[in-house]
Amino acid sequence: MTADIAPIGVPALELVDVVKEYPGEPPIRALDGVSLRVEAGELAAIVGPSGSGKSTLLHIIGTLDRPTSGIVRLAGVEASAMSDKQLSAVRSQLIGFVFQQFFLLEGMTAIDNVANGLLYRGIAPSERRQAAAEALDRVGLGNRMQHTPNKLSGGERQRVAIARAIVNRPSIVLADEPTGNLDSKSGGSVMDLIRELHLEGRTILIITHDRELAASLPRRISMRDGLVESDATDETLQNATQ
Amino acid sequence: MIATTATPVPLPNSRLRVGDVLRVGASGLRTRRLRTGLSTLGVAIGIAAMVGVLGLSASSREDLQIKIRALGTNLLEVQAGTGFGRGSGTLPDTAVAMVSRIGPVTSVSSIATVAGAVRRNDTISAGITSGISVFAADPGLLDTLHATLADGRWLDAATSTYPAAVLGSVTAQKLGIVDVADQLRVRINDEWFAVIGILDPVAAAPGLDRGAVVGIAAASTYLTAGAAVVPETIYVRTSDADVAAVRNVLSNTVNPATPEEVQVSRPSDALAAQEAASTAFTSLFLGLGAVALLVGGIGIANVMVIAVIERRSEIGLRRALGATRAHIRRQFLTEAILLAGAGGVVGVGLGAGVTAVYASIKHWQIVIPPIAIIGGFVAAVVIGGVAGLYPASRAARLPPTEALRSN
Repeated sequence: MTADIAPIGVPALELVDVVKEYPGEPPIRALDGVSLRVEAGELAAIVGPSGSGKSTLLHIIGTLDRPTSGIVRLAGVEASAMSDKQLSAVRSQLIGFVFQQFFLLEGMTAIDNVANGLLYRGIAPSERRQAAAEALDRVGLGNRMQHTPNKLSGGERQRVAIARAIVNRPSIVLADEPTGNLDSKSGGSVMDLIRELHLEGRTILIITHDRELAASLPRRISMRDGLVESDATDETLQNATQ
Repeated sequence: MIATTATPVPLPNSRLRVGDVLRVGASGLRTRRLRTGLSTLGVAIGIAAMVGVLGLSASSREDLQIKIRALGTNLLEVQAGTGFGRGSGTLPDTAVAMVSRIGPVTSVSSIATVAGAVRRNDTISAGITSGISVFAADPGLLDTLHATLADGRWLDAATSTYPAAVLGSVTAQKLGIVDVADQLRVRINDEWFAVIGILDPVAAAPGLDRGAVVGIAAASTYLTAGAAVVPETIYVRTSDADVAAVRNVLSNTVNPATPEEVQVSRPSDALAAQEAASTAFTSLFLGLGAVALLVGGIGIANVMVIAVIERRSEIGLRRALGATRAHIRRQFLTEAILLAGAGGVVGVGLGAGVTAVYASIKHWQIVIPPIAIIGGFVAAVVIGGVAGLYPASRAARLPPTEALRSN
């Protein structure tokens, strides 16, 4: 199984001079001109202390929010000036989200939670469930499909959430502190899964304040005060994963 | 730098299938069963009240209609006026013969009260009358009143001259007589009268229920010591078309000398008035039901507002998965409508059940107007829609970034 990636030569994500200002007296400038390019198939970390602007950056990349100025392109699709409705379409087709709090719907089985990743694509329920079953198999939870979230461990829940994020074959998976609510053992196995998915060709961006976790990834984009402080690609790690 | 602005691919819009709208709306209810049940109950009570009121008033109206039909609107009652300046309380003994000569009159019968006490046997004091009156009637009365017998026979030409009595329904019950085959007798004044029949309740003349009816000749022979029994009330059956015309000439026909001493009435008018009165009460109770429904609707709005606040992260997640504002609005609106619609179904069932139970206790025909069933359900759905409108649009307006913010 391979991910549907952007056409060859088109970066999965491209930000050009993105500024985000929140109104107030004085206005708060959360992003102060961020330019960034993530190629298809990359595994990168956006790292920085709280208040550095990484959450705002996550929202803008995830098209949950619009920049005040600048350009956001996802798989070549210019999203900075889209309507709310078009942004919803971008999220349903180009982006997969993984959250720190998992955000699984209680009272719904694992397979139905994963199938929700395709809910807003207008796909028939049977097809959604079939794709969900494959995705759950992929994350190693083929035997937990009919379990509700409260019957799953924290690590398992995050795996279900990852399956939901990849079930629509997005151009980019955005993971916000994916191990933040997990003990180190479950966190480690979730990271192993993320590395495996990267090896299959998926583009994954992890937002974290954990420098140790960031250090284990091929590319680290450090944020400070709304700016990219450093952008380092570790050739050895990059090579190791290729 | 190579231009990476590849041709902007127009992405197809997010889509939520109709079946999925229902599924998503219902899933919110399934996970909160107690709250769903309670807020459904609120609407159900309101709808049940309205359906019940409509059903009960329709059933009672139907019952009155049946009574009016049984009675016939072509029955007229002629009574001697009583009281100061109103005459002696009796009609001329020529009255029945005179009235029967009016063209459209189809039957006419008279009845008179005879002083007397009815007792089960001669050891009971004559002072204990049990409120039972003695009437003297002609054999045609049964047909004129459209009355029916529960048991035995009515008076005929022969038994009208003998000491024979037909008991009213209440009288028979009070005296403990259920079967004329027992060949029982009752004591009226100082004479034994054979019980030959028992009447069903008589709608046209409810006074007969608490009476014992004997023939006019027998009354004269055995109860009034030979004095003639003068008619007090005459019942007149006319053809349907000429009721008003006959009514106009009755006073003059019955008592040409002093027509103002004669009162003419139509027994069915009393039932019609009763029907009109019950309609007035129906509107009042419907109003109360509407208030209950309104309270139920407010309950649903309340529950939905709470649901939107509680489920911020679900809203944020759905937006992240690609739901548009319209999808979120539709989800919560569907939830509110399902909630109220379930209340409507339960309420209609409850209201119909109450109607059926109450009507059968009252021995009414069970009538549940279709408008109450359809209207009850539609009203509930509309209430749900209105109650869900504000919470749903509030959910839709919630910015995804705010909805996803960790608490």
